[in-house]
Amino acid sequence: MALALKLPDWTRWLRIARAEQAHATLSRRHIYILPTRAGWFFAFVLLLMLIGAINYTLSLGFVLVFLLAGMSVVGMLHTWRNLAYLQATVGRIEPVFAGNDAIFNIVIINDSKRTRYTIWTEFNPAPREASEPVCLDIPANGSATAGLAVVSRHRGWLNAGRIKLHTEFPLGLFHTWGYVDLDCRCLIYPRPAANDLPLPSAPDRDAKGSADTIIGDDDFYGHRSYQPGDSPKRIDWKASAREQGIFTKQFQGTAQSTLWLDWSTTPGSDDEQRISQLTRWVMDADALNQAYGLRLPGREFAPSSGPAHYQQCLQALALM
Amino acid sequence: MRVKEPDIIDLRWLLLGLCLVMALHLHHFAGWVALSIMVLIVWRYLLAHYRRPMPSIFILMPLTVLAGLGILLTYRGLFGRDASVELLALMLTLKLMEAKTRRDFLLLVFGGYFLTVTTFLFTQSMAYGAAMLLATFTLTATLVGISHPNGRLPWHFQAKTAAILLAQGAPIMLALFLLFPRVPGPLWGIPQDANKGMSGLSDTMEPGEISELTLSGEIAFRVQFEGKPPPPSQLYWRGPVLWHYDGRSWTMASPKLQLPTESLQVRGSPSRYTITMEPSNRSSMLLLDMPSLLPENSAVSADLQVLAKSPIRQRIRYQASSHLDYTLAPDAHPRALQLNLQIPDFDNPQSRALAQSWVDTGKSPEDIVQTALTMFREQEFIYTLRPPRLGKEPVDDFLFNTRRGFCEHYAGSFVYLMRAAGVPARVVTGYQGGELNPVGEYLIVRQSDAHAWAEVWLEGKGWVRVDPTGAVSPSRIEYGIETAMPNENPLPLLARNSYPLIKKMYLNLDAIDNAWNHWVLDYNQKRQMEFLSSLAGSKLSWQELAIAMIVAVGAVGMFLSYFIIRENPAKKDELQRIYATFLRKLQRKGIMRQPQEGPLDFGERASQALPSQAAQIHRITDLYTQMRYRNRKTTESTELLKWLIKTFK
Repeated sequence: MALALKLPDWTRWLRIARAEQAHATLSRRHIYILPTRAGWFFAFVLLLMLIGAINYTLSLGFVLVFLLAGMSVVGMLHTWRNLAYLQATVGRIEPVFAGNDAIFNIVIINDSKRTRYTIWTEFNPAPREASEPVCLDIPANGSATAGLAVVSRHRGWLNAGRIKLHTEFPLGLFHTWGYVDLDCRCLIYPRPAANDLPLPSAPDRDAKGSADTIIGDDDFYGHRSYQPGDSPKRIDWKASAREQGIFTKQFQGTAQSTLWLDWSTTPGSDDEQRISQLTRWVMDADALNQAYGLRLPGREFAPSSGPAHYQQCLQALALM
Repeated sequence: MRVKEPDIIDLRWLLLGLCLVMALHLHHFAGWVALSIMVLIVWRYLLAHYRRPMPSIFILMPLTVLAGLGILLTYRGLFGRDASVELLALMLTLKLMEAKTRRDFLLLVFGGYFLTVTTFLFTQSMAYGAAMLLATFTLTATLVGISHPNGRLPWHFQAKTAAILLAQGAPIMLALFLLFPRVPGPLWGIPQDANKGMSGLSDTMEPGEISELTLSGEIAFRVQFEGKPPPPSQLYWRGPVLWHYDGRSWTMASPKLQLPTESLQVRGSPSRYTITMEPSNRSSMLLLDMPSLLPENSAVSADLQVLAKSPIRQRIRYQASSHLDYTLAPDAHPRALQLNLQIPDFDNPQSRALAQSWVDTGKSPEDIVQTALTMFREQEFIYTLRPPRLGKEPVDDFLFNTRRGFCEHYAGSFVYLMRAAGVPARVVTGYQGGELNPVGEYLIVRQSDAHAWAEVWLEGKGWVRVDPTGAVSPSRIEYGIETAMPNENPLPLLARNSYPLIKKMYLNLDAIDNAWNHWVLDYNQKRQMEFLSSLAGSKLSWQELAIAMIVAVGAVGMFLSYFIIRENPAKKDELQRIYATFLRKLQRKGIMRQPQEGPLDFGERASQALPSQAAQIHRITDLYTQMRYRNRKTTESTELLKWLIKTFK
């Protein structure tokens, strides 16, 4: 073990095709090739056949052994060619909640006139809870997408890390592979809390601005400080000029109540629990199609609804 | 890594490949082995076809043991040539019964390749060479199929890939075949029965032995004459000379007798020829009566039979010359003459009496010979391949009872009569005649031309050849066995004259076969050195040969590498490069082309995102697609596209 610890990280010397403008090309210098176990066994069988041919002076035996040897050399070149100059790039990567499978869509592009058969894509080194390698045929002048899944554990960015492409086609006697580093990451939303706390009750004036459900468009109601996302039409330029800072006019609505989700009033024994709870509430509110605002230490999202707002809130929670 | 296991398509390829390999062997497999293999293969296919479970280990284990026992009982061992090949074939087929995974399939394909090479222990004819290619091709296609676990490949693509792999491998094969240093002789002992299939003249002669050999259409040797071949009646190919008779079989004189080599006086010009002899697993080399110039590496016995130093187990070529006009041993050693009068005491009383009656009438040895031949000619003797079995006194039984026999009967009984009458005589076995192949102008001598005749020693003339068969059936000597035999006799098809077209085709094929032997099968150490030295212009050592091999294979490999991987798809054409700058400019504005997005879709999306530049984007996209997909590429349009993109901000 002590020896193993002293070894330098050998992976530093790996030749990895890195993304250049989001495309990584497995060019000539990125490709490794070695015989597979079947390839070594085949070589052994050929050796036995050769010895037999020598011993019994079988001319046709020589012909067959040499033909198979030639075939495997050619097969090696074909295997190499099957992987060379493939390009990899990142496809769409949807954010997921922690605990679910993060799916990295790796698009493999084949610019050549030849279909590339049996191209395997996998994480390298493979995380413990990664899906199996994905096997694809990449059509000529086309592309195919490998969805590599890994179980996400923690909120935040999950990096895919190094990705290995490999193939043994057409003979299975040689294994050729290359690494690509695409700098692709998946946003992991926090794990939502169990659904037992109801949404904070609507107007709660005692808790400072915890819920502000009656903001509407109808009647002027007061000022509040400007927040990103407020419509420029609503900025009270006069008041802003008088006082320090920018103020937004607020109007009283009658139709809808607005929900404020506030970090400081969220129950929970630690930050992670609070984040989980807020995540759950954001999901619940979104499911009810209700406008909601999110107030986090140092950040605030004005009440709104819709997918863009939903994603913004969850991203903020994920990256807290 | 999980690999999807081979499906029924892969199984079909594998079974086809294995069937082809087994077909190469069927001609020598024991009946029950061939049958079991066929049944197992059909069984395996039906199981897969009807999606039934594979047989359990409790069925396969006893079957495996039974198969081993069967081989043990059939061949009294597991390690002879036949036994081990059949055992391997059976075990592979039994492995097939439990083959499910990709690993199993790989093992079976490699086993199939190995079993293919064992075919050549039995035959190396051109037809088998072609069949070997077919089997190898099918097995390779199987490999291609199981290397693609991701659904099915079109069968023609699978076949094409396998064919390309083998075809591109052929130059490497050729370089290795020509240059791989050949080692003479076996590296270790060869199983006793390895040469079992070879047929040739025996060192002994028993009634029925030669007629059995005659049933074989196999070629014994081929002869190329320098100049005109002698007439058929002169074509006596001298093999073992048999002196000793034990009442049943004739055997050669023991070398322990140390008799002096008989003297040979020749007249006229010799006949020179080259013989390519098929392996016979015996040492006798066949030469025309009488050999006057011996081939290399041979020795001659006292009775002028030419022997190789060791049994002939590979095809050999030798040059020799013979004189057809000769006198052999007019001064024969008295002891030799004495030995050639030997017959067992008190057997065949009728024959002895007959011979004695000739002596009693005061005939000279020449007269006695003529009397015996006249007897064969004028009495009811029949020349047949199916003589009846002879009783305890075979000569009596033949001469006075059955009177139906083949050449060994006539030669044997004639020599017996001569000896009983006090004329020294011996049996000579060999081949008589041969078939001239006009294609390539050489003589084909088959096992069916095997023959036996007699030599009698006459004062002043020495050993004189007498062929009693000629007295019974003169056409046998003049025109060959096919004319001498009525059609109901079981002669091999190709030894007959009744199918001229087949015969002609056959002769053409045989000429090709002769070339095949010469260039492929006999490419041994000697020929390799000769051939390569003639190319190099000087004598090569084997080290030079090894270097030449490495260089040649390396060169072929480099050429193939260039040929196979020269294409560099990463290099985009000019048009794509220009378009790529456009993509980069848009990317800086935050609009990225998705890999699956075509240029038109992308242009649409970009112009929506940048409404102020929509016109420009449309123009560039249109021009690019026109040039790329409608082949409207000209110097002007290229310049225009360049300019448009350059000015795009």
